[in-house]
Amino acid sequence: MNVNVGDVVPSFVRQTEFANWNRYAAVNDEFVPIHMDDEAGAAAGNGGAFGMGNLQWAYLHNMLRDWMGPNGTILTMEVQFRSINHKNQIVSAKGVVTAVDGDVVTLEVWTEQQEGTKLAPGTATVRIPA
Amino acid sequence: MSNISEAMKAAVGTVTGRTVSYPVSESDIRKWALAVYYPGQPPAEFIDAAAAAKTIHGGIVAPEDFNPFAWITAGHEKFIKNAGKLENNNPDNPEIALGIDGPGLKFQMNGGMVCEYGVRIKPGDVITSESSVGEYSEREGRLGLMLFSRGISTWTNQNGELVKRTTGTLIRY
Repeated sequence: MNVNVGDVVPSFVRQTEFANWNRYAAVNDEFVPIHMDDEAGAAAGNGGAFGMGNLQWAYLHNMLRDWMGPNGTILTMEVQFRSINHKNQIVSAKGVVTAVDGDVVTLEVWTEQQEGTKLAPGTATVRIPA
Repeated sequence: MSNISEAMKAAVGTVTGRTVSYPVSESDIRKWALAVYYPGQPPAEFIDAAAAAKTIHGGIVAPEDFNPFAWITAGHEKFIKNAGKLENNNPDNPEIALGIDGPGLKFQMNGGMVCEYGVRIKPGDVITSESSVGEYSEREGRLGLMLFSRGISTWTNQNGELVKRTTGTLIRY
């Protein structure tokens, strides 16, 4: 796999709503009212239920995996959770290659909602076999 | 002026707890992958043993973000015997859990996390998570003096190999 600085990773895109969040809650035992119930989310000052930061984290990994294939390796990931993932947003996990050192590739990664507001920006390093 | 007390500095490096998972099953991994890829189909290496056998892993592995401690664990030990009672959304909770005085700041937010990955989790693995107190630091920000405190979670498998080390940062001001 030939990788160069500036390469754009294909986005991993999901419309986020209870169908996604409930499934994640089910496997991660994350039945937190702010993620399950609009009233609880509104009471917390967020307008309604909102998505888990951990699911944004998962989407970023999915994006890298889909790009690298099964033999690629995620070495590190660093993310800040900046904005709430509101219900029905179209969330895209994205990445751009910022450095290549042998088989180790550094990327700027982030999730954003449909208007381009970044939800969870960060960086990642991966190893991609030649 | 600093919000980092001598007691807080002394707490850095303290191991606060250890949790052990039950053996990870292929079914655990499949369900996790189905959930995080919903409504799409997960990659074959997470659900199809024959396809997974052809990868560098030689069989099914868990997604890096997989949590083997969800729902129930095989054991959990807390090492801080003089911990106080945690209160919902109390910014001093990290220090209360250590049995020391917190800085008494009013506001807090998630400062994000950094994860370093080691070997992959495979079916049959038993994962141990050890929690410890990371470094404190502070700097002047637009909201005043900001305190950064870190919690470290280190996962190893039954062979003692590093699975991942996660450092979470809490920002208080």
